[in-house]
Amino acid sequence: MIASVLFWISALVAVVAGALVFKVDSMARATYALALSFIAVGVAVLTMRQDFVGIIVILMMVMEMAIMAVFMISYMGMNPALMPMDMTHAKRPAAAIATIVFVGLGAAVLLIPWPVIDPQPVEGLTEQLGEAMMGSKMLVMLTVSPVLFATIVASVVLASPRGRYDRYGDRLRGPAHDPEPGGLGR
Amino acid sequence: MTLQLVLLVAVALFSIGLYGAISQQVVVMVMMGIELMVNAVILAAAALWWFLTPVVDIQVLLMVVIAAMTVEMAVGFGVATLIHRARRSDMTDDATELQQ
Repeated sequence: MIASVLFWISALVAVVAGALVFKVDSMARATYALALSFIAVGVAVLTMRQDFVGIIVILMMVMEMAIMAVFMISYMGMNPALMPMDMTHAKRPAAAIATIVFVGLGAAVLLIPWPVIDPQPVEGLTEQLGEAMMGSKMLVMLTVSPVLFATIVASVVLASPRGRYDRYGDRLRGPAHDPEPGGLGR
Repeated sequence: MTLQLVLLVAVALFSIGLYGAISQQVVVMVMMGIELMVNAVILAAAALWWFLTPVVDIQVLLMVVIAAMTVEMAVGFGVATLIHRARRSDMTDDATELQQ
């Protein structure tokens, strides 16, 4: 009963805060609203007795929103990120598409004859998950790991102002084309 | 609390995120919309685990979804930094040649 009440409160907060992300006129407020929505979803997951995933979602998203706020202010300057502004386009088509998707998916959810199972908490779920990731599901983690590493490399390559091709040209030969020579002999 | 109602909440979050991803001009706000959609997927997968199949496989799937969210965020910020450096702007309307 308590879990059910807690779920509905968190579900309501998640949806309202999610809607506020695109309703409030300051991007800093939008970031806080999104963080609140994520925390509410994390609490909803916790009410379904998935402690590890729920805690991970809450911790990760709070950190992610903090980073997002820093990026937003650094790109847009202090004033536009914190002051009211409206930077949207195609609001009506977007609202129409979102409504169609909501009606379509909602109808599918209500019309599918889902099996009725009385949910029971699973003992030692976090331990099972850890053993699965290090055992039978190792291949999944072995795939995710290089993807995460490739993400680090790709992000740095995208974000770095000057790479090796900027310095040495397309053939990577010749003296480095640097605005200032570096090293001991400069 | 039934499976249908939890999935309806997830559908509502997904639709709100879709609206934001389409309607926003600022790259970071578009990423917020996508994050909200992935958030809905996490809630739906957690509900499917709880109400249908309490096996550990779906928990591993949830880990993959959370990893995908991290990848999206990191690469998105990389692209946003690149656009900002090239155009001194972080608006999607300044990167329309990506359509070509």
